[in-house]
Amino acid sequence: MELRRKDLLGIADLTREEIALILDNAAILKEISTRSIKKVPTLRGRTVVTLFYEPSTRTRMSFEIAAKRLSADTVSLTVAASSAVKGETLADTAANLEAMRPDLLIIRHQASGAPHFLAKRLKCGVINAGDGLHEHPTQALLDMLTVKEAKGRLHGLKVAIVGDILHSRVARSNIHGFTKMGSEVTVAGPATLLPPYLDTLGVKIAPSLEEAVAGADVIMMLRIQLERMGQMFFSTLREYSKQFGLALRHLDLAKKDVIIMHPGPMNRGVEISPEVADGPHSVILDQVTNGVAVRMAVMLLLMGDKA
Amino acid sequence: MTLLITSGLIIDPARNLEEPRDLLLEKGKVAALEPAGVIPKEGRKVIDAQGLVVAPGLIDMHVHLREPGEEYKETIETGTRAAAKGGFTGVACMPNTRPVNDNASITRYILDQAKAVGSARVYPVGAISMGSKGEALSEYADQKAAGAVAFSDDGWPVMNALLMRRALEYAKTFDMPVISHAEDLALRADGVMHEGKVSVRLGLKGIPAAAEEVMVYRDVRLARLTGARLHIAHVSTAGAVAIIREAKAAGVNVTAETAPHYFTLTDEAVVGFDTNAKVNPPLRSEWDRLAVIEGLADGTLDAVASDHAPHSVLEKDLEFAAAAFGLIGLETSLGLTLRLVHAGEITLRRAIALLSANPAAILRVPGGTLAPGSPADVTLIDLNREWTVDTAAFASRSRNCPFHGWTLKGKAVMTILGGKVVFKETN
Repeated sequence: MELRRKDLLGIADLTREEIALILDNAAILKEISTRSIKKVPTLRGRTVVTLFYEPSTRTRMSFEIAAKRLSADTVSLTVAASSAVKGETLADTAANLEAMRPDLLIIRHQASGAPHFLAKRLKCGVINAGDGLHEHPTQALLDMLTVKEAKGRLHGLKVAIVGDILHSRVARSNIHGFTKMGSEVTVAGPATLLPPYLDTLGVKIAPSLEEAVAGADVIMMLRIQLERMGQMFFSTLREYSKQFGLALRHLDLAKKDVIIMHPGPMNRGVEISPEVADGPHSVILDQVTNGVAVRMAVMLLLMGDKA
Repeated sequence: MTLLITSGLIIDPARNLEEPRDLLLEKGKVAALEPAGVIPKEGRKVIDAQGLVVAPGLIDMHVHLREPGEEYKETIETGTRAAAKGGFTGVACMPNTRPVNDNASITRYILDQAKAVGSARVYPVGAISMGSKGEALSEYADQKAAGAVAFSDDGWPVMNALLMRRALEYAKTFDMPVISHAEDLALRADGVMHEGKVSVRLGLKGIPAAAEEVMVYRDVRLARLTGARLHIAHVSTAGAVAIIREAKAAGVNVTAETAPHYFTLTDEAVVGFDTNAKVNPPLRSEWDRLAVIEGLADGTLDAVASDHAPHSVLEKDLEFAAAAFGLIGLETSLGLTLRLVHAGEITLRRAIALLSANPAAILRVPGGTLAPGSPADVTLIDLNREWTVDTAAFASRSRNCPFHGWTLKGKAVMTILGGKVVFKETN
């Protein structure tokens, strides 16, 4: 059982069946992380390289833990320590990495399409750990796994995604994923942060947070990047928080068993109130747990039976 | 040296001529154009053009030859060889060289170099402002005397509306056209492709059509205010076509060009992050593409110019956001324009007007017609010849062409410059 592809670059490229395959495998692999010896020998002797051009704590750690639990050797290259600061091109970095014969390269890069650029040039598999404003496929997969665990299904659910859609690769991947799996996705945010033609991705656009969360099974809040404030996207954090911050009163508008998600890191008190983030509807920490399982599944499916 | 080109279909849009004639070239000029058999063949080199179109030499009014300064991308020698291979006998080269061509000595250098090693006539376009910095006017009279044919800050739009007004007025003093690269840089921001349904999917920052349209509108209003000769470069949006159409109807002295990629490709070409599809203005939507074709057909757009913009792998073999804007077009421009003819969108005569007669008229340079006494610049075109675009075989020094591997129908098979054959298809 494997994915018939070398790379995982985006949810947009995946079929429904492939998404289901990854989620099913992740659900099984999750058990390994509950053992006292959290390790299986499946990927022994394989080398996994993580190449991060943007800062990240949880995604990178999640990939590394996932690889180690499958017994792969992991090597990390961070942007500050890498040749990028010396002006080496991405093509050269790729060629040098390839010369060391890794089996899998996990890349995060600020340029949309950078993982695709590498995947075309490298024999080894490439996993996109976030590229520019484009995609963050493993985040969407872990989000779908979390929802599936809570609701038992993805089909027919109402999912609200709220906040800075324009700059969010998490939103793009989740929009592709949830709509493919039969959920109904509604987005909301100030119009400055909802790109034109967003409707062509198959989502509904709600005029307010209240209307987006009405009757929702799932509410996903996006991080508002504080540096956007000086770029004319909205006026003040105070107004943003009042208009688009999720508070307890909004939960009454949603389904009784609504779950609250956030890809992290959170700005508590800005896009999400602490009472909601820590409340009984929150599955934010389950998302983190599922991140390891999903990444184990993806690595296994990409490398599993290939000697 | 005299050349007699027999039995070809002469197309000379400037004189509404479209019929089989024999064409005699003598002493670098068109000597005679007569029905078959009138001009004696004896003692003359005869070229049998049976089945071919005989057109006035094509003129590309918007190219980047990169010399001086970026000779690793293109030189006047390789760029004009690419022109000849594509059927062009004349090219107008934009001033964004290094240093910027904002003075008579660089204009003269370009012309000297063209004379020494060129395979086509080169018409330098001088900078609107010193260093194309958008701050102070360059010396227009001096540059005109040295051989500049127009002024433009192509690549760097003139953001200051007052400077643009003054440029139009100052150019009018010397009866020179101003070519506008219409783009609002604040609206473009850090966009890298057309803002539309593809950019939202790819997560690439968008350049809205409005970034072009607000500047086309501004410049059209300034042309009306000043009465100067305004030419809009590389029109890519439906809105820009509409603004120019209205302005022309209102009698504004404005002309406009578009490039083959705008009537051939859409933003879908960027899918897969192909940096050869990264160009400014960006490849637009299907709606815009169709509007550009309509503009070519109804006379709103006057010229097809390639915006030939050579870049090496150093600028193109990069992640999309980091790659340079621009693609090369001298060797595919005719073939792509003839696609419109084969598809019935425009007539053959219109195509030749767009590629030869009109650019000559806009820039007021010799050629663009086969009237006796004109320069002996002639392009022989095989309308039905199928060929595959192969960038490895290009005469250009660069390879950044999104049409590699395309099969096109119609090709220049011979290019004659001043009575000399500068390109001949070999097989």
